[in-house]
Amino acid sequence: MDYFSLFDVPQQFDVDTTLLSARYQALQQLTHPDKFATASESEKRIAMQKNAQVNDAFRVLKDPILRAEHLLALRGVNVAHDQQSMKDTAFLMQQMEWRESLEDASATSDVDAMYALDDELQQHAQQLMSQLSAQLNAGTEERLQTAEGLIAKLKFMHKLRHQIDEQIDRLEEDY
Amino acid sequence: MAFLQIAEPGQSEAPHERKLAVGIDLGTTNSLVATVRSGRAETLGDADNQHLMPSVVHFNSEQVLVGQPAQLRASEAPEHTLSSIKRLMGRSLEDIKQRYPHLAYQFCQDSQQVPAVITPQGKVNAIQVSSHILQALRERAEQSLGDELTGAVVTVPAYFDDAQRQATKDAARLAGLNLLRLLNEPTAAAIAYGLDSQEEGVIAVYDLGGGTFDISVLKLTKGVFEVLATGGDSALGGDDFDHAVTQWILAECSHEGKLTAKQRQYLNQLAKNVKQQLTESDSVDFELNLDGVEITSLTLTRAVFETITKELVAKTLRATRRALKDAGVTKQDVQNVVMVGGSTRMPVIREQVAQFFGKPPLTSIDPDKVVAVGAAIQADILVGNKPDGDMLLLDVLPLSLGLETMGGLVEKVIPRNTTIPVARAQEFTTFKDGQTAMMIHVLQGERELVEDCRSLARFNLTDIPPMVAGAAHIRVTFQVDADGLLSVTAMEKSTGIEARIEVKPSYGLSDGEVTQMLQSSVKNAKQDMRARMLKEQQVEALRVKEAIQAALDESGASLLSEEESAAIQAAIEQMMDIAQGEDPQQIEQAIARVDAISQAFAQRRMDASIKQALQGQTVDDI
Repeated sequence: MDYFSLFDVPQQFDVDTTLLSARYQALQQLTHPDKFATASESEKRIAMQKNAQVNDAFRVLKDPILRAEHLLALRGVNVAHDQQSMKDTAFLMQQMEWRESLEDASATSDVDAMYALDDELQQHAQQLMSQLSAQLNAGTEERLQTAEGLIAKLKFMHKLRHQIDEQIDRLEEDY
Repeated sequence: MAFLQIAEPGQSEAPHERKLAVGIDLGTTNSLVATVRSGRAETLGDADNQHLMPSVVHFNSEQVLVGQPAQLRASEAPEHTLSSIKRLMGRSLEDIKQRYPHLAYQFCQDSQQVPAVITPQGKVNAIQVSSHILQALRERAEQSLGDELTGAVVTVPAYFDDAQRQATKDAARLAGLNLLRLLNEPTAAAIAYGLDSQEEGVIAVYDLGGGTFDISVLKLTKGVFEVLATGGDSALGGDDFDHAVTQWILAECSHEGKLTAKQRQYLNQLAKNVKQQLTESDSVDFELNLDGVEITSLTLTRAVFETITKELVAKTLRATRRALKDAGVTKQDVQNVVMVGGSTRMPVIREQVAQFFGKPPLTSIDPDKVVAVGAAIQADILVGNKPDGDMLLLDVLPLSLGLETMGGLVEKVIPRNTTIPVARAQEFTTFKDGQTAMMIHVLQGERELVEDCRSLARFNLTDIPPMVAGAAHIRVTFQVDADGLLSVTAMEKSTGIEARIEVKPSYGLSDGEVTQMLQSSVKNAKQDMRARMLKEQQVEALRVKEAIQAALDESGASLLSEEESAAIQAAIEQMMDIAQGEDPQQIEQAIARVDAISQAFAQRRMDASIKQALQGQTVDDI
């Protein structure tokens, strides 16, 4: 299922988020089961299936990492799971450093250090994101492979940021 | 050749006739029914113009009483007067005994999973008790509106899990209601305020009831209400404020040691009264007349009340902060704060919430009635009274859905706060060579361990073709509909063998059990039951005919070949012929045939409408 064509937006990494939201609103009006409350069972069933697709498509298209993965899948590249594709030793080192920083901050309940680490990760992710955009927009076979590696890194960072977030939540909850 | 359509005498419907639809707030303490009349949503009263109906049902050997009359019997027959039954919906006997050890009712295991209370009218379960309340409200509405209802929207707390929602749906069916939708209470409250003002932006719904706290964050864009996040605390409510007052009283009179049940009840009532009086006045003088303790005069000021309940209010605000974070918005983004639940009348709550958000909350609609009013507005739309409206509610899954994996861990398949309807698939493979069956355990909740989550269902996938370990690919698809109810399908990919599994909650009723309860609730069971089923199927056949006919008129010519169109028409005619007969099962089958034959047409209509609308939009954009 090509989510770009379902939303009738160009099949590319950079998306116009305003257009995306407008399409989402329009598709909801057309497919939400509540619009079929008095329709026949077959129309209700199809509306529910289509609406579930619309919801999933919006979730994927509005999230840069999921969107990039979807784009790669449409071009025949499946992103390998976990660390398999992570051969970049410099990044592996960096990864370990970040983990250690989080462990240190966690051991001392240092919320400020956690916020600082989160900022650092966010900046780094932003850089990778613009690289990803360039690779995907170029679109050659080789570039797509590079894109795959970038996605794996971004996914790792996303996960780590989520862990930081949870720890911050937990610490702030104690107040 | 086109034929003019002529309706059966007595069955015709004036084209603009309004259909009767109601919204029902099925509450823990009180329930309400509301409807839209002359463009205004309003709650309906009983003969004495009482709008709140106590959610109490009394059973004696002669009759079943509901509401006020039932409540009057509570002290004389507490074990047969059931109140706060909503807390027992979708719960197992074990669960109930653990959570509410002090209940006066005599429980027994009814069906395989659903616990029941023994009464002079026999065994009754929570679903049946709720259906008595719904039925009383339905009768009130039909009396007040002068005709049968076309449909109803029933509200549920946002945090209700699959089992609790399914139980509510079954109760509506038992009460003879055509349930249009289960609607989340906070969403209903937002609608009640949102439509009048036609505002855009982020709305927070702060719902503090007797026993629960619920916070929801919604976004309103061009009539579309989108729930961004829900959260709360299912063990925090007005009762905790009463408890705080009780503790203060005991400290003031230096009472220590155990209280008798009677003393506890007296104190509870006293505390509640004092709390309510503090809503109107700055300080309350009262006398404590506790058995075994000297009569003492006490004064509780609002300032002291605020101090002793500070931690409770802070707890609600922490949950609010978390929900805002989940929604990805800040408190400055929130344009309106809606207050729901009797406990939000407390000035301390209003002040603290106002301070937290930096703006006064909306309180113009009675916080006890706001949910029913919103549900009525939604019911009016769903039943088709506002065909051109663009109001739409996008709800979310309140609790994550997952599967048990190795080692008693839960793997999340659909995270909470995902917009529903949603369908998501997960692939599994076999563990041993030649394995032909697999057990799947579906859970709901946020915790990592199986034992900490709610078990929704276990089912076996059988007939997996024998292969070497890891070769079979079983794709399990979870689908959650707009009511938040789950169904599961599974398919072995290499062979395409499909097994459909309706997920009946671990505590729910089977379809057969619901039918049986329907039968036992009707006198002269068999015949009346058959008559009721026949009428239901006839109404359904007519509804299907009208729906498909309207679709054919609109786009049959452009989307169907002549043969296809004729085949659908023929199936409809056959269905209507059978509907003249007396056999509900045959009608049901004929409806299913019409449904099957019109499936492709429905698909084409959907695709065409999307194509047309998006093209139209592109032109607009340019």
